[in-house]
Amino acid sequence: MGRSGKTMNTKTPSALCIEQLSYAYSGKKALDQVSFTIQPGECTLLLGPNGAGKSTLFSLITRLYDSRDGQISLCGYDIKRQTQLALAKLGVVFQQSTLDMDLTVMQNLLYHTALHGIARKVALPRIQQELERLNMFDRRFEKIRQLNGGHRRRVEIARALLHKPALLLLDEPTVGLDVPSRLAIVDYVHQLAVEENLAVLWASHLIDEIYPDDHLVVLHKGSVKANGSVSEVLATTKCASIKEAFYNLTQGETS
Amino acid sequence: MNFLHYWRAMSGIIGRELWRFITQRERFISALVRPLIWLFVFAAGFRAALGLAITPPYETYILYEVYITPGLIGMIQLFNGMQSSLSMVYDREMGSMRILMVCPLPRWFLLLSKLLAGTFVSILQVYVFLAIAWFYDIHAPWQGYLWIMPTLMLSGLMLGALGLLMSSFIKQLENFAGVMNFVIFPMFFMSTALYPLWKMKESSALLANLAEYNPFSQAVELIRFALYGQFDQQAFFYTLGAFMVFMAAAIVGYNPSKGMMSKKGGA
Repeated sequence: MGRSGKTMNTKTPSALCIEQLSYAYSGKKALDQVSFTIQPGECTLLLGPNGAGKSTLFSLITRLYDSRDGQISLCGYDIKRQTQLALAKLGVVFQQSTLDMDLTVMQNLLYHTALHGIARKVALPRIQQELERLNMFDRRFEKIRQLNGGHRRRVEIARALLHKPALLLLDEPTVGLDVPSRLAIVDYVHQLAVEENLAVLWASHLIDEIYPDDHLVVLHKGSVKANGSVSEVLATTKCASIKEAFYNLTQGETS
Repeated sequence: MNFLHYWRAMSGIIGRELWRFITQRERFISALVRPLIWLFVFAAGFRAALGLAITPPYETYILYEVYITPGLIGMIQLFNGMQSSLSMVYDREMGSMRILMVCPLPRWFLLLSKLLAGTFVSILQVYVFLAIAWFYDIHAPWQGYLWIMPTLMLSGLMLGALGLLMSSFIKQLENFAGVMNFVIFPMFFMSTALYPLWKMKESSALLANLAEYNPFSQAVELIRFALYGQFDQQAFFYTLGAFMVFMAAAIVGYNPSKGMMSKKGGA
C-alpha cells in the first residue's frame, strides 16, 4: 500500500492512480479503501477470487458506476471531473466479448476508431499494424461469428489499442480459451507493456498468468491484501510461491 | 473537444445501426409484417364496424385503411423505439454498450446518436411500408410523403427516447417483456391510431381524455396531418415537449452517479 499516491506530484503522472476508493451496493461493501497506482510500462495483475471486487473496480475505472468515496485518475486526469480526457487514455478488454458478431473484423475496428474520432486514413494503417502484430490481418474481412474464441480476443486487444491508450484494462481476458491461445495472449500483453511502455491492469484469478517482473495487487472481499512486486509480495507473506501467498491472503478472512 | 470527433462518432453509430438493420433480413421483414397484417387483415375486417365522419385533415369520406395508416406508421416507430431500447438492454448485458460508454464523448451525445440511429432505421421502415401501402391504393398527396420526413424524425426521437428511458430502468432483459405489455399495448390502444377521438368519446369520456393526452396520439396526429401537407401545431409542441422530457430523464438514468445504473448490482 506504500505505493499509493506517491507519484501524484511528480512530473509524469501515474497511468492509473486509485486512492481510498470505496463502493457499496445497497449497503453491502464491494470495495473498501482501495488504493494503488500503476506506472507506464508496468504490468499489474489484479488477483482475487470471484466476488473479490475486481469487476466493481473495473466498472468504476470505466465509469459505468460512479464512486462517491475516493478518487481515480488516469494519466493525471480525474475520472469524475475530466472524464473525457481520462477515457481517451483508456483501452479496455471486457470479460465478455463486446464485438459485433455480424460485422467483420474491419467493421468492428472502424466503428471503434469512429467512436474515438480517428480519421479513416489514420485508422486504416493503425488497424493494419495492430492486426499484423497479432497475425489477424488476413482475416480482416471475416465476420466475428466465424472466428474462434482466441481470435476474437485478439481482435478485441487490437481494438483496445487503436486509439493509443496509456492504460490497458483487461478483465479476465483468457476465460474460456484453450491453453495455447491463453499463453499467446498473456505473452503478447506482457510484451506490449515493455515495448510500448503501456501500463496494464489485468484482472485474473489464474496464478500462471503472472510473470516474475509483474506488479501484483491482491484483492479479497473488497480490500487490498497485498500490493507490490512479485518478490515483495512473497517476502511480506513469507511464502515460497505466489500460489501459496495467494491462498494465504484469500483464505480464512472474515473482513 | 473538436467537432470532427463528434461527427465521426455519430456517423459511426448511425452507420453501424443502419448496416445491421439492412443485413438482418429477418428483422427487416418482421418489422414490416406487423403493420401490414394490421392493414390488410385488421383494417379490412374492421372497416364495416366503424363509420368515419369527415374530420380534418381528410376532406372526403375515407376508408378505414386510410385512417389507420398514420397510426400504423406510429406503430412502426413505437415498436422500433422499444426494439432499439431492448437491444440496448441486450447490449448492456452483452457488454457492447460498455464499449460505447467508455469512448471519450459526453454520455448525452452518445445516447442521442444512438437514438438518431434508431430513428433513421424506423424512417426507412416507414417508407417501405408506405410504398407497399401505395400499391394497396392508399395514396397521399406526393408532398405529404416529403412532409412526413421531419415529422418522423421528431416522433421517432420521442418514441425512441421513451424506450431509452425505460431501458435505463430495466435491469435485465427478462423484465422487458412485462414493460412491453404495460407500455406498448396501452399506448397503442389508448390512442388515436385506430379510432378517432370523437368516436372514443361516444363510449368513454375518460378513455378519450387519456387518449388525447397520450404522447403517442399526438405523434400519430402530427404524422396524419403531415401526410396531407398540414402542420398540426399542438401535436408538434406536445411531441417535442414529450421528447425533451423523456430524453432528459433518460440522460439522468444513464448518468453513473445520479441514475439507476449505480443502484444496480450488475450491468
